[in-house]
Amino acid sequence: MSEKVLMKGNEAIAEAAIVAGCRHYFGYPITPQTEIAAYMAKKMPKIGGTFLQAESEIAAINMVYGVSSAGLRVMTSSSSPGVSLKGEGLSYLAGADLPALIVNVQRGGPGLGGIQPSQSDYFQATRGGGHGDYHMIVLAPSSVQEMAELTVKGFELADQYRMTAMILADGTMGQMMEPVALDDLKVAPMPAKPWATTGTGMKRPHNIVNSLFLKPEELEKTNFERYERYAKIQATEARAEEYRMEDAEIAVAAFGIAARVSKNAVDEARKMGIKAGLIRPITLWPFPNEVFRKAAGHVKAMISVELSMGQMIEDVRLASECRVPVTLCNRAGGMIPTPEQVLEAIVAAAKGGC
Amino acid sequence: MSKLTFNTDNCKGCGLCVDACPKKILRLATEKINKKGHHPAEIIDQAACIACASCALMCPDVIITVEK
Amino acid sequence: MIVFQKPKALTDAPFHYCPGCTHGIIHRLVAEVIDELGIEGKTIGIAPVGCSVMAYDYFNCDMIEAAHGRAPAVATGVKRANPENIVFTYQGDGDLASIGMAETVHSAARNENITVIFINNAIYGMTGGQMAPTSLPGQVTQTSPYGRDVKACGYPIRVCEMLSELEGPEYLERVTVNSVANVRKAKKAIKKAFQNQIDGKGFSLIEVISSCPTNWGMTPQAALKWIDEKMIPYYPLGVYKDRSAKKEEEAK
Repeated sequence: MSEKVLMKGNEAIAEAAIVAGCRHYFGYPITPQTEIAAYMAKKMPKIGGTFLQAESEIAAINMVYGVSSAGLRVMTSSSSPGVSLKGEGLSYLAGADLPALIVNVQRGGPGLGGIQPSQSDYFQATRGGGHGDYHMIVLAPSSVQEMAELTVKGFELADQYRMTAMILADGTMGQMMEPVALDDLKVAPMPAKPWATTGTGMKRPHNIVNSLFLKPEELEKTNFERYERYAKIQATEARAEEYRMEDAEIAVAAFGIAARVSKNAVDEARKMGIKAGLIRPITLWPFPNEVFRKAAGHVKAMISVELSMGQMIEDVRLASECRVPVTLCNRAGGMIPTPEQVLEAIVAAAKGGC
Repeated sequence: MSKLTFNTDNCKGCGLCVDACPKKILRLATEKINKKGHHPAEIIDQAACIACASCALMCPDVIITVEK
Repeated sequence: MIVFQKPKALTDAPFHYCPGCTHGIIHRLVAEVIDELGIEGKTIGIAPVGCSVMAYDYFNCDMIEAAHGRAPAVATGVKRANPENIVFTYQGDGDLASIGMAETVHSAARNENITVIFINNAIYGMTGGQMAPTSLPGQVTQTSPYGRDVKACGYPIRVCEMLSELEGPEYLERVTVNSVANVRKAKKAIKKAFQNQIDGKGFSLIEVISSCPTNWGMTPQAALKWIDEKMIPYYPLGVYKDRSAKKEEEAK
């Protein structure tokens, strides 16, 4: 059996990135994710990697753009206000089809908001975050072990599909300490990157990393091609955990810390004789539509539990094709719903009070 | 003997080469129009060219080749 | 014998620049230096946003198009990823001295081992002639139609002078390309800036005072004259920092 070590979620992300072969990290301090930067600052110089505290989030994401252009695994991390600043870079990475891993350990907003956990960047993450038509692969860990596993997965998916992957965590997940089995992490070999700008060596025509296409026909073509790739990802990469859903009449939808709270509430409801279950999306983009579509065939109601004013609920409604009522159970601004609050929502839904 | 060759198709007729020539043997051919719609530069006295390459050094479109 | 021909580091694509715009001269100088140093195969160029946004089509080395002002950050990433590469950015005044000032200052402060070619023509060319951070006091542009009023929009920024106050950068020089003699001097400076990177000396920036006949509303000839009469008095040519030379001097 593999050895387990006690780690903070943020540290697990950092260590898993190193395991995944990432040797370049650029970041800017912001609570509640600074442990990632601190961990990288300590580790990277010892393993021949780069840790660089950039002058801004904007500079950090563009340094990521540079390393990714050079064909290497690279990451940056931040929290909500900082991720907004990275929006420009995320759009350029998408436009140039560059892989990279971005971590958002969310805090409450809008504006400077607060430093307590939140999930209110769901729209920003799942709809792209910057300008233009594009998506990122968005992964939502719900344990420290998953923070590590999805970090590795994020690098792999990013390389496979030549796009950015984002770990959408929150302050609780980042700060939480749990045992992690890092030895269990398996990393697939990095694919060849013949498009990378590493120097022609006078052996091939020059490579150009670029997102500018002045001819609309050409730009349209890049968009169509990218969305064909997205369709493939939607068909093959959507993941969700289903908990006690086989005979469920009430489905609770929640990710990250909200899913942990909801799991407790589902168990309590079951004790009360209410057939509740949990659908926990692990990929927020692509959203696990099929799981919700199927569930809508046998549940009476769905509840979206979120640390926001209700963002994922829109995807839950779309995925369930509005065949069942979907209610929101939420807290915002850095507050977390309690299991009791979720249980109340389940009871209300079971009574048809929604 | 010196020889100047102009990639006339790419000339934009800015005339910076004309001004740079110490021998004053270049001109814009005002009676000609190239593909881009400009009066291209040309040499009027090949024999007088000293192959100093001043014209080429000032040409923003790198259309001049100088041989000696 | 060929005395002068198009450098090999330039592609066959004709430049899209306006007639008489000196961008083309500076592109050529960079390419000549790449040829002479024999570094094309390991050079990565970073294009900006602005008139030279399509520089990636003109150089035969690998090229990256960066977001507006972010070229030094992108260059930092490329250089850190593969330090054996020779990495240069090519940026205009809006890109480098306005929207990208933070990236400029901090890459200089880190003495990032990159080469920056900075084109100062005192105007935003690509968007049709708006006021730049380097537009001269009183200069008429589309967004300073009554002339740049320093009371309302402040003073033009002298980038070399400003960066020279930093401990970080290795080499800062301002040149121009408005005459044959000045073109020769500019090439020497650009070559030094690349050589410094090869020698691992760090951040070198060459500011090239350039012309924009179209948006200055002048003939190409008048624009070159305007550089002498208006630009250079505000932006004096010369070496603003040469750390290695200073060290050698001190050693003596």
